[in-house]
Amino acid sequence: MADGRYSFSLTTFSPSGKLVQIEHALTAVNQGITSIGIKAANGIVIATEKKSSSPLVDDKTLEKVTMICKNIGLVYSGMGPDARVLVDKARKAAQEYKKIYMEEPPTLILVTEIATVMQEFTQSGGVRPFGVSVLVAGFDEKGPSLYQIDPSGSYFAWKATAIGKNMINAKTFLEKRYNEQMEIDDAIHTAIITLKEGFEGAMTDNSLEIGICYCEDEEFSLPGEAGFVEGGKKIRKVGKFRKLVNEEVKDYLANIA
Amino acid sequence: MSIMSYNGGAIVAMKGKNCVAIASDRRFGVQALTLTHDFQKVFEINDKIYIGLGGLATDVQTLSETFRYRVNMYNLKEEREIQPKTFAHLVSSTLYEKRFGPYYCEPVIAGLEKDGSPFICSTDLIGCTTFPNDFVVTGTAEQQLYGMCESLWEPNLEPEDLFEIISQALLNAVDRDAVSGWGAIVHVITEDKVITRTLRGRMD
Repeated sequence: MADGRYSFSLTTFSPSGKLVQIEHALTAVNQGITSIGIKAANGIVIATEKKSSSPLVDDKTLEKVTMICKNIGLVYSGMGPDARVLVDKARKAAQEYKKIYMEEPPTLILVTEIATVMQEFTQSGGVRPFGVSVLVAGFDEKGPSLYQIDPSGSYFAWKATAIGKNMINAKTFLEKRYNEQMEIDDAIHTAIITLKEGFEGAMTDNSLEIGICYCEDEEFSLPGEAGFVEGGKKIRKVGKFRKLVNEEVKDYLANIA
Repeated sequence: MSIMSYNGGAIVAMKGKNCVAIASDRRFGVQALTLTHDFQKVFEINDKIYIGLGGLATDVQTLSETFRYRVNMYNLKEEREIQPKTFAHLVSSTLYEKRFGPYYCEPVIAGLEKDGSPFICSTDLIGCTTFPNDFVVTGTAEQQLYGMCESLWEPNLEPEDLFEIISQALLNAVDRDAVSGWGAIVHVITEDKVITRTLRGRMD
């Protein structure tokens, strides 16, 4: 290994001030499958390519875009098993928050929670950093937001971004295509054509995963809740996350060709 | 005798029209012996939320500090003010943490929500919440307060009328309780200000 002396399992500073383990983790991410995130005027779109190593793999069981709680979802690039562990921790953090405050966590609170876990894995003994970067899409009372979290534990908010193998090309493409008035529909369209740039083979509804965050009216009638009227039902706005089903993805793909 | 009535006290909160009021007596005593009449039982959480803690005085003070700590941490972490409903759930989960060795305290919460509508809530000592539409009471004069509130309270009271009603309800309730009274404090929370007044009742 080129920088062999500082490639310990415990993350250790090299004399030049670098944490080589974290850079290795980022390399693992950059070899991962491309994921895209776009912030639209009325929500967030996250998308990724679903690639299986063999045509014999049942790709219905693969899942890279996952729901964390009602209003937050994420997609990862990098090592699948690491991402699964992270998703479990994120879901737990979300439910812990809900247990205390009886409401869904704001996006930034969950993002810091995930980022803290990732940072801990750069400073604890006997562990290695996560080999993933994640894009977190959330909708809370402040509106839609999109965050990227890296193996180092640093996080950034984006209007549109890409992570993984093809991220440089995808980012230049997004820079050209992005505008702030874009709605969810356009953003899905843009996400698909951005992914298509670096796509090998034919794009089908089975090889694409898309998740969206949006705002929805919800009926409620619990006493003590905001806007409660005795005997009546009230409407409140809530953030939602959901994955597009195959039929929906198929429709978007049909519009592209 | 129950530990809940060791120090005595009475707290009440009421909904009004775009306003909410919370009031408590100011006595601190040990059983029949009165020690001070400037004891704080109602605490400001922010300029839209007040909490009244009735029950064992030592736990009143410990809990008020716990809530101050937790709300300050919330404000710093989330960079926003806590909302009444969220705060009520925070109170509830804080109390339930001590399910099998509880704080001997029954809180009442009064606040205004983001849209200006009044919010009141009370919980038992292990955090079971209720959200009534009129008033909530707690303390050793609970029964007397229920009687007074049932006969005086009406919907859609303006701040000044709400002040009058909550004051009369409290002062007359504590006169029928040996371990409550010795003056009172009333806070009326409105959209643009909080009116705080201290009252002298029967000081004997």
